[in-house]
Amino acid sequence: MKAGTNLEKVLESGKFTVTAEAGPPKGTSVASVQKKGELLRHCCDAVNVTDNQTAIVRMSSLTGCLILKQQGIDPVMQMVVRDRNRLAIQSDLLGAVALGVGNVLCLSGDHQKFGNHPGAKGVFDIDSIQLIQTLKMMRDEKKFLSGEDINGEVPLFIGAAANPFADPSEFRVSRLAKKVKAGADFIQTQAVYDVDRFRQWTEAVVERDLDKQTHILAGVIPIKSAGMARYMRDSVPGVIIPDEIVTRMEQATEAKEEGVKIILEVIEQLKEIPGVHGIHIMAVSWEDIIPEVVRKAVLMPRPVL
Amino acid sequence: MKTITEQKPLEEITQYLEKCKKVYLIGCGTCATLCHTGGKSEVLEVKANLEANGKQVVGWMVIPTACDELTKYALEEEAKTIAAADCILAMTCAIGVQMISLHLKEPKLVYPALNTLFLGMEESPGHFTEVCLQCGNCVLGRTAAICPLVRCSKSLLNGPCGGSAEGKCEVSPDIPCAWQLIYDRLAAMGRLDELEEIEPIKDWSVSVSGGPRKSDVEAECADTP
Repeated sequence: MKAGTNLEKVLESGKFTVTAEAGPPKGTSVASVQKKGELLRHCCDAVNVTDNQTAIVRMSSLTGCLILKQQGIDPVMQMVVRDRNRLAIQSDLLGAVALGVGNVLCLSGDHQKFGNHPGAKGVFDIDSIQLIQTLKMMRDEKKFLSGEDINGEVPLFIGAAANPFADPSEFRVSRLAKKVKAGADFIQTQAVYDVDRFRQWTEAVVERDLDKQTHILAGVIPIKSAGMARYMRDSVPGVIIPDEIVTRMEQATEAKEEGVKIILEVIEQLKEIPGVHGIHIMAVSWEDIIPEVVRKAVLMPRPVL
Repeated sequence: MKTITEQKPLEEITQYLEKCKKVYLIGCGTCATLCHTGGKSEVLEVKANLEANGKQVVGWMVIPTACDELTKYALEEEAKTIAAADCILAMTCAIGVQMISLHLKEPKLVYPALNTLFLGMEESPGHFTEVCLQCGNCVLGRTAAICPLVRCSKSLLNGPCGGSAEGKCEVSPDIPCAWQLIYDRLAAMGRLDELEEIEPIKDWSVSVSGGPRKSDVEAECADTP
């Protein structure tokens, strides 16, 4: 075991794993994080706390993770390189590990242009692949990037993102290979709607045995309304929603029910794809639906290891 | 290579000049002329604008290349007229502004009329692109001669982020994805395997993070006493 987190145990056991995302508040409410924690604790193996997602300032991921930790939930701390240089990254990691956070998801971060502080200076001192390397070095060599020794252990279970749908599409497997080589223990992908295209990517991933060197969780986002479907299709970088799904949402009399139906159909197919070790549910401002989705996908109860 | 500039909003220039009655205007005959931001016609336009707003333009000139040594002599020649002005409004790049300020015999306020944007490569006539960050440690040898530090919106060194779509950057459909460009060029040369190498963490100490940079080279025309 690298960090011995619940996420690592469930993935290592070979069971189909379920993680979900919880966005921290645009404020100081501990209760709002706890509410999401209560909702998700029985239906997920670990809960990601986003890091100023879409470049909008929110409570820090580390703080959100600690609140979840106090509730007995295994948190995944998301960390973007947009907001921190190598000094801040390493010190935040020491703090996270000191307080029992073991899973960290390494990301570039949405460009600051999309957020509520578009005039901010993007840091990008290191990139997301170098961030993975940094964590691995701190864990395996117990060294800082400077080469100096770290006092104490740095048990980390290192995560990274992958977008099978972005361009250049031929490079997407190579990029995953780079992340695996850098030290990614698990991968959470961009939301899957076009399962056939996702399958093509996983086939290439399996071909290179990358699925044996890392654990791949396929991302899913339940769609709440036709408006949300259109917005994600047209305006969210990296997400591809086939028109057919937008049409289904538009024609549905009960949009929310249709959204759940669509996501369950996707999950059913994902469960059967070789190389997929679980799902990661990103129910952006619709976290309430997650328990129902997991139950209806016949993924309850979650294993206790 | 040209220093690309744009004119500041007139309100900002007016604010600078609030306490000045008499203004001396300086343009530049090189980059700013090419950018239509500080050539003769723009200088005369600003002159007319200032005069219409109650300022007195005591004199003006367009220095051939405001960033070079000859600026010193141009200022000496115009010293008398400049002495009568409350300030200088420089329609040059930021280097020109500083060169003028450096070589004035008597200290005087020099205000920039332009914003200095970037060092531009002329991709096609009249179209300039920022292609170099002047990072002090060139990576072009590993990126098919396309700089990801300045052409990728996130300065990624190890390939495109998840926001690259149909050759465009997630930040704007007007920005080509630098990594798509790099990928295409390496693919054309049959060298895609190079992209699987992990680019190491960059040393920013040789860039602006290391403090102001200096370079001493043998001067072409050293000042004779």
